[in-house]
Amino acid sequence: MKRRRLNAVIGIVLIGALLIVAILGMIWTPYDPLGISFGARLKPPSPAHWLGTDEFGRDVMSRLMKGAATSVRISCFTVAVALTIGTALGIFTGFVRGWTDRVIMAFTNALLAFPGILLALALLTVVGANEYGIILALGIAYTPSVARVVRGTVLSLREKEYIEAARVMGNSELFIMARHILPNCIGPLIVLGTSMFGWVLLAESALSFLGLGVPPPAPTWGNMLASGRPFMVQAVWLGLFPGICISLTLLGINLLGDVLRDRFDPRMRGL
Amino acid sequence: MTALVEVDGLTLEVGGTGTVVVNNVSLSLAPGEVLGIVGESGSGKTLLARAVIGLEPPAIRRTAGTIRFEGQDIATLTPKAMRALRGSRIGMVFQEPMTSLNPSMTIGRQLEEGLVLHRAGDAAQRRAAILDMLRRIGIADPEAALVAYPHQFSGGMRQRIMLASVMLLKPALLIADEPTTALDAVVQREVLELMLELTRDHGTAVLMISHDLSMVARYTDRVVVMCRGDLIEQNDTAEILARPQQPYTRQLLNAMPHRSPAREVPEGAPIVAVRGLVVDYPGKQGTKRALHGIDLSVQPREVVAVVGGSGSGKTTLGRAIAGLLKPSAGEILFAGRAIAKSDESWRAYRLNCQMVFQDPYASLDPRMTIGQLIGEALRVVPDLTRAQKAARILEGLDEVGLEKKFADRYPHELSGGQRQRVAIARAVVRRPSFVIADEPVSALDVTVRAQVLALFLELQQRHGFSCLFISHDLGVVEQVADRVVVMQQGRIIEQGDRDQIFDHPQADYTRVLLSAIPALEAVSGGGVQLKWRFDAPPLASS
Repeated sequence: MKRRRLNAVIGIVLIGALLIVAILGMIWTPYDPLGISFGARLKPPSPAHWLGTDEFGRDVMSRLMKGAATSVRISCFTVAVALTIGTALGIFTGFVRGWTDRVIMAFTNALLAFPGILLALALLTVVGANEYGIILALGIAYTPSVARVVRGTVLSLREKEYIEAARVMGNSELFIMARHILPNCIGPLIVLGTSMFGWVLLAESALSFLGLGVPPPAPTWGNMLASGRPFMVQAVWLGLFPGICISLTLLGINLLGDVLRDRFDPRMRGL
Repeated sequence: MTALVEVDGLTLEVGGTGTVVVNNVSLSLAPGEVLGIVGESGSGKTLLARAVIGLEPPAIRRTAGTIRFEGQDIATLTPKAMRALRGSRIGMVFQEPMTSLNPSMTIGRQLEEGLVLHRAGDAAQRRAAILDMLRRIGIADPEAALVAYPHQFSGGMRQRIMLASVMLLKPALLIADEPTTALDAVVQREVLELMLELTRDHGTAVLMISHDLSMVARYTDRVVVMCRGDLIEQNDTAEILARPQQPYTRQLLNAMPHRSPAREVPEGAPIVAVRGLVVDYPGKQGTKRALHGIDLSVQPREVVAVVGGSGSGKTTLGRAIAGLLKPSAGEILFAGRAIAKSDESWRAYRLNCQMVFQDPYASLDPRMTIGQLIGEALRVVPDLTRAQKAARILEGLDEVGLEKKFADRYPHELSGGQRQRVAIARAVVRRPSFVIADEPVSALDVTVRAQVLALFLELQQRHGFSCLFISHDLGVVEQVADRVVVMQQGRIIEQGDRDQIFDHPQADYTRVLLSAIPALEAVSGGGVQLKWRFDAPPLASS
């Protein structure tokens, strides 16, 4: 149990730090994250620039702080979009079954057949490459996997005796969905949501890399990673620090996800 | 006489916490002897048996005592020597026939596995031995069975095949851990008698582990009673039954169901009746008819038991009457009126018909507190204030013998018996006039079962609800029912007053069902005598 406690503390500290940095980045950064200075190109970490400077002489730490807000915002909203639509679809199809289920699932399966990133690319060309476009595109791209997980959970839950018991008590199907089915889906949803947070961070980097992410010069961790790539040999810090930020965030999110899942499960309380 | 198995002062603990799960147990088993170990969950009976074959779970540590098999201390054996012993000298049959055979291997290959490992001989000899054994266990077409897969056989047949795979190697000891608990009473008896026949022919000793004292008593020479890791009592089977020395043993004997005096059920219009009920299950090979036109009625205050083996349709009948299944034909009448899902009659029926399910672990939502669970039953009751509701919940808890503090607990914090009490409270808190109980006590331990059953009957008397009591356990039925309905393959084959069915059954199938359970008679000395009905004397004592 000690180990779980430690995991919880690490997760909370990492996510707490991330939020502080992201909020701070919106108000104040050591340098202007967009300020170009050709005299200070590709400088390694130093007391003046703690995390070095990039190919345009922009301060990496300032850009990371500014980018944290954008990246976290994109990931959070994308996950929220995917979870909301996916859960609604999953519960609905899993509970109603029949033709509605078949039609909706055929559609989501078709979506699933595309790689998520390809689907997002296609959607981005339609909605336009900006922050909202990314959220919408990635959100829709990840919806099918949520719907499938939720539907599977619902299908196994609906055969449980306590669902039948609720039915015998005369509860409406809507009430049973809200009171019994949804709360029991939370465990898998949190696990899925937290790992999806990671996928979205990475997908956003990939989209930026392809030039379809948040348009430069605005920094995100993904496009910093992407634009640092050509200089990896001379200036390793350009890829290293955004990479570390992404990794630590993923670690924190996953640890926090486990804590939340256990918190929401009465069986795990008090352990 | 040298003992085959000699357990001396065995103590097992859970590693880390130091909880003692088997406490200083000594027993011995002679070659060819049939020894029963009886105990409820948590008695340590399974761990004891697993220790003999060296298969206790990794978390369990032996802190004292020795186990000798054929004079050899098994703690000194190398893992390789231990593996040679398993299967070859000691065989084991597990509880769950559905999962103890590998679903992706043919029966022939599974049976051959042990022979290849432990016995000399070529493929033709192995095949001959396997075919011979399959014939022995009553497989109609052994050649076909060789290439068949486990899912093509019923639970009882699978347990026979499991038995065959173990007995092929002619072990000196067979450990049977609840070998027939998952099977219905009739199949249970067939499998057990086959098991004893095979072991007697090979001179194999049997260690039979079960919670079911009457079953163990029927087939064993000697019985060991265990409780919470302690060995309570061991003696000859007849002696234990007739003259139990320990209070716990007496408690076990008293918990066995016995016939209660017949009650007068007032004549009246039936509260619930079904007419020509037909239920079909759609399947890949066309629809399967589970119920072939059932007619049944339940009087006010009457307990009607529906009995039958697995596949008899008794559970389907209960679910259809509860409105969980849509019947293909027929009607359900409540208080003389046919109910239809579309109108007011359905609502009245829903308020008055409740159900208690079999599995207390699955029938309570794990994310709700006990108070919320019971409160949910009151949700659709009209005109109830919040305070009245809270009072009714506490009253409901009190009625089933649970304290107020349980209202804030979650199901996982409760034992199986407590959970089933909650399930009963949830069913009766609304004061229904009709309760369907589907195997309400079969998942519970013997002594807990007796308590829960007594509670259920007391509530039935107090509130006067009618009850449809579905069970495969005729012992329990004998205790609770006013009237008995016997079902086989989706049809009612016999029905009548309890005493008439139990004493003068007309249908052959009813006789077969009854032959699987004992009639109890109290004898002086605090013990009981078991009488077997419609049957030759049990095999073990012959």
